[in-house]
Amino acid sequence: MARMKSSMKLTSRGIVLPLAALYFLVPIGASIWFSINEVDGVSFDAYTDGLGTEGLTTSLMLSVRLGLATIICGLLLMVPTLVAVALYLPKLRRVVEILCMMPLVVPPIALVAGVTTVLSWEQDLADTPLYMTFQALRDENFPLVLVLVYTVMSLPFLYRSLDAGLRAVDLRTLVEAARSLGASRLQTLWQVVVPNLRAAVMGGAVLSLAMVLGEYTVASVLSYRPFSVWMVEIKDSEAQLSVAAAMLSLLITWGLLLLLTTLAGGRSRKSSRRENGKKTVS
Amino acid sequence: MPDKTAPSPAGSGAATLADSAPAAGAPASAPDPDPAPASAPVRGPGARRRGARRHRWPAVVPFFVFLAVCFGLPAGTMVYGAFTVVDTATGTSEFSMENVNGSLSGAYATGLTGSVELSVVTALLATVLGTLIAQAVVSSQRASLRGIVVSASGVLANFSGAPLAFAFIATLGTTGTVTQLFHLHETGFSLYSFTGLVLAYLYFMIPLMVVTVLPALDGLRVQWQEAAASCGATRAQYWRHVGIPVLIPSLLGGAVLMFGTAFASHATAAVMVGSSQPLITIQIANALNGNVLVGQENLALAMSLNMVVIALLVMAVQIPLQRRSARWLG
Repeated sequence: MARMKSSMKLTSRGIVLPLAALYFLVPIGASIWFSINEVDGVSFDAYTDGLGTEGLTTSLMLSVRLGLATIICGLLLMVPTLVAVALYLPKLRRVVEILCMMPLVVPPIALVAGVTTVLSWEQDLADTPLYMTFQALRDENFPLVLVLVYTVMSLPFLYRSLDAGLRAVDLRTLVEAARSLGASRLQTLWQVVVPNLRAAVMGGAVLSLAMVLGEYTVASVLSYRPFSVWMVEIKDSEAQLSVAAAMLSLLITWGLLLLLTTLAGGRSRKSSRRENGKKTVS
Repeated sequence: MPDKTAPSPAGSGAATLADSAPAAGAPASAPDPDPAPASAPVRGPGARRRGARRHRWPAVVPFFVFLAVCFGLPAGTMVYGAFTVVDTATGTSEFSMENVNGSLSGAYATGLTGSVELSVVTALLATVLGTLIAQAVVSSQRASLRGIVVSASGVLANFSGAPLAFAFIATLGTTGTVTQLFHLHETGFSLYSFTGLVLAYLYFMIPLMVVTVLPALDGLRVQWQEAAASCGATRAQYWRHVGIPVLIPSLLGGAVLMFGTAFASHATAAVMVGSSQPLITIQIANALNGNVLVGQENLALAMSLNMVVIALLVMAVQIPLQRRSARWLG
């Protein structure tokens, strides 16, 4: 293995990178061509007319609203928990970490299998107040059940991002300083801790949003119609539009991550690396 | 064969650029300088500590309640449902291995092995190819190249599911651009096959591996290479006795992550090949939608449980490895 690797390395930059570029660029180029190629020449109808269709805007808006709700829900749960664990409950750290990583072991399709079963109890609960809760969860216009499942699925990103952020600030000093100046607990959290974690919060939020915008499995099994489900529904009738929508979603992901790297880039210049043997670019 | 060109002045490779992983965050701005109203009662340190102890639980309770309801309940239902059968006549349920046995035989067994095979093949390919690309980037001293590869990997690693399937259908599908350009159908190539799935999965797995393995490759210090070289080791010997052994835990960790990602993927395969390839994720979705037989929910739960067990077994490999890796590369 070592020999193979080193002999390939000789020409690695010469061969590996161009081949990789070819593999990664061809599908994008071919998809764009597919979406604009008509029998009588090139037409941008899929982009100009198609992307304005009502199905696209409603489904995309649903995805965006679900994404934002997921971010809010996830952050409201995770920030206070991780701060409290870091400050007062160090014994829970391992437990919280393992719990946050659990969704990586349970694939979305397995999670949604369990969720469907729980939702099927609705009939049995018809006489209890819980029935209303189930109705609210499954509301067509804004399915809260998706927000809850997506929040579970976003826990690993949120945990990694926030944990890295918390390790980099001297949380105890910050909190003690704020508290000794008379700030209440909520004020400390909101006005002192959260601004210091801004980059980590944004990082986790952007990754969650990207995940929700592309999510298909859970939504399709529960028969809701966010962006990617809509894209699949129209694939037989309007193949070009679905490919155009796929390119749009690539563009959205790119934009979101560009936003993240811009934020992270501004941050890393100021941060000092903890890794030994590495020097910070200053 | 030794490569004479690569060893570089110490320190330059490791120090460049922000790394891709969400690394340390730092105070970006000063906290609100305006101190809170000073009306809070002045308390001694002892009182404050007691207060802290009293107030620390409410912050974590919502988290545990949320996980119990939104994760524990579905997961518990899954395990419970997998081991029970509901008698449709009486509505009573009783313990049974019927679903688990059913989910491990016939077409469902084929689906499970199909998923495992696809995940193993794609994980191995993504690990090797992703590492080669990452090493090509690390050994090149061009910061701009690294910047492009890192940001492109970040985007492409998130480009999976339905949009990815459409990109491949538009490229290599029956009426795809490349298929028609090169008359690929004459060669017998079909996107709607195992090979097609591997090609599509690698499209998001290789970038994910690049992002995952870059920090580990950065951790290989130039000094180790120089020390090996001054002891007379060739480049191949350096990789065989120093580089690869130090990297092995990271590489295996990456491979485990790749396996998990491929194993859990559903949307790409569902949109691209539908039910024509036996994959457990697609079979679960079909059973849940009642496409196969009505009343197959518990069978779907048993199949889900099989997936979780396999994912757990594979992930368990990673934990001891990570510790070893952290000792050297941390």
